[in-house]
Amino acid sequence: MGMVTLTRTTVAGREKVRGRRHRGESLTKVLFVLPAAVAMVALFGYPVVKNLLMSLQDYGLKTFFTGAAPWVGLKNYSTVVTDKLFSDAMLNTALFTVGSIAFQFAIGLGLALFFHKKFPLSGVLRSLLLLPWLLPLIVSSATWRSILEQDNGILNRTLLKLHLIGDPVPWLNSPSVALIAVIGVNIWIGIPFNVTLLYSGLAEIPDELYEAGQLDGATGWRSFWYITWPNLRAVASVLLMLGVVYTIKVLDIILGLTGGGPANATQTLATQSYEKSFIDFKFGQGAALSNILIAISFVFAIFYLRGTRRAVDE
Amino acid sequence: MRRTTYTVIGVLVLCVMLFPVYWMVNASLQPSGNTLTAGFLPLHPTFSGYARALDEQGGNLVTSMIIAAGTVVLSLAIATPCAYALSQFRSRWVSIGLLAILISQMIPGIVIANALYTAYERIGLLNSIPGLIVANCSSGIPFAILILRSFMLSLPPSLVEAARVDGAGLFRAFVAIVLPISKNSLITAGLFSFLFSWSDFLFALTLTTKGGVRPVTLGIYQYLGTQVQNWNAVMATAVLSAIPAIVLLVAAQKYIAAGAIGGAVK
Repeated sequence: MGMVTLTRTTVAGREKVRGRRHRGESLTKVLFVLPAAVAMVALFGYPVVKNLLMSLQDYGLKTFFTGAAPWVGLKNYSTVVTDKLFSDAMLNTALFTVGSIAFQFAIGLGLALFFHKKFPLSGVLRSLLLLPWLLPLIVSSATWRSILEQDNGILNRTLLKLHLIGDPVPWLNSPSVALIAVIGVNIWIGIPFNVTLLYSGLAEIPDELYEAGQLDGATGWRSFWYITWPNLRAVASVLLMLGVVYTIKVLDIILGLTGGGPANATQTLATQSYEKSFIDFKFGQGAALSNILIAISFVFAIFYLRGTRRAVDE
Repeated sequence: MRRTTYTVIGVLVLCVMLFPVYWMVNASLQPSGNTLTAGFLPLHPTFSGYARALDEQGGNLVTSMIIAAGTVVLSLAIATPCAYALSQFRSRWVSIGLLAILISQMIPGIVIANALYTAYERIGLLNSIPGLIVANCSSGIPFAILILRSFMLSLPPSLVEAARVDGAGLFRAFVAIVLPISKNSLITAGLFSFLFSWSDFLFALTLTTKGGVRPVTLGIYQYLGTQVQNWNAVMATAVLSAIPAIVLLVAAQKYIAAGAIGGAVK
């Protein structure tokens, strides 16, 4: 009897101690996450909400002096959408995104397959290939500006010497070529990233699959089509969605290469949003444009999240 | 024989892909002037471009260095405990936190710049190094959390439990056991935070309004602004700004590859 009581109190006492410790523990656990949570809210949550609000306000230069930002409903949206540059910017954003990703992916896949053959120095060469991706974008822009320069740039000088062109091509100075040149530079920047990810996808395909395929006569193209591609699809879809989400918001490269010109030929939603906010000081309109950008991104993100959920769960 | 052919092709591919980098170095060693007359080899190299670059951009390079170092410290301090929590604690908040990080990757820098500009204007953080450090943490923190978490997922819980039995609190166990064992992933996350911040151009452009604080990326942009007067100084500054990336790629190859894959697939 006494024994039982004793046991009971001990258990109860122990549980009380454990409970206290548990409560202190959950507080510590919260403290592990709290700084990051605050930072994420300040650096992402607040900007999103602030942009939503600003896009509904007449938030301009005057606001910074008087503090007044009158509500204007959806007027900013109608102003930017009816702007004569809007449809051009939409089209350029689409061309820039699709053009960049298609070529980055295709060339990246080709190079990843090539490096997967594992020859002497393949590892070293593959990692050196990452350099264009690691350079500051403004450094790449400056370098390409010098290469693409119309009169003395090395590209035109070389093409002229090889008699491939009769006159210097105004790569960045002509409205009809500038967008192609900018897309070309962005492809160069994105290839290393695509190679690296696709290579890691290839490396995860077990060799036995190819050995088994060989017995069934699957070699060359057939082995790519029936073994490599189906096993690479998960990585490829994540890569493509990431590509859209990242490329659609590119700003640095365009500002560095052309600044949106010549004659607005390389304006995208991102550059327009920058100009409205920080050149014209019409923050309401700039915010409206960037919200449209987020909305488009979000549609793709739904695919993106579907594709990555598996990777996160691992 | 066939293997060597592949190596030769591989070297050629690399030469084509890295030609612009070579050209940047080549152009930086040419005599000053507003035309680009460089031959394929810098046969008569001159360092006048570098002298000019250091003279005009030296201070900006230091500014960039301070901002990048600050971003590394702040990002890691905030991200590391969170990464540990997201990898080891059992809670429904874990998947919510991860979802938030994924969504954050879709938010364009210009949205952050818009909002931070108005906030900084009010609290006086425009044209300041702390202001740029905080803004650059927007790329450092989410990336560091993802990289560190993917490593910490592989830590056996028994590791920390053993220390807990000896009476160490959760935080002490984290500092004494988890941090030392995560050294490699901390280096990877730190290197990338540094590179992101060092490369930042958008926040430098939007969150500074006068000359006081000017990261080197902004210096290059201003060189490019109108007609380029001195290509060799521009390209010398570009080379100096590319040094961290080149050094990290050579010295910390395995960390870079790990970061590229880890940060992206997640």
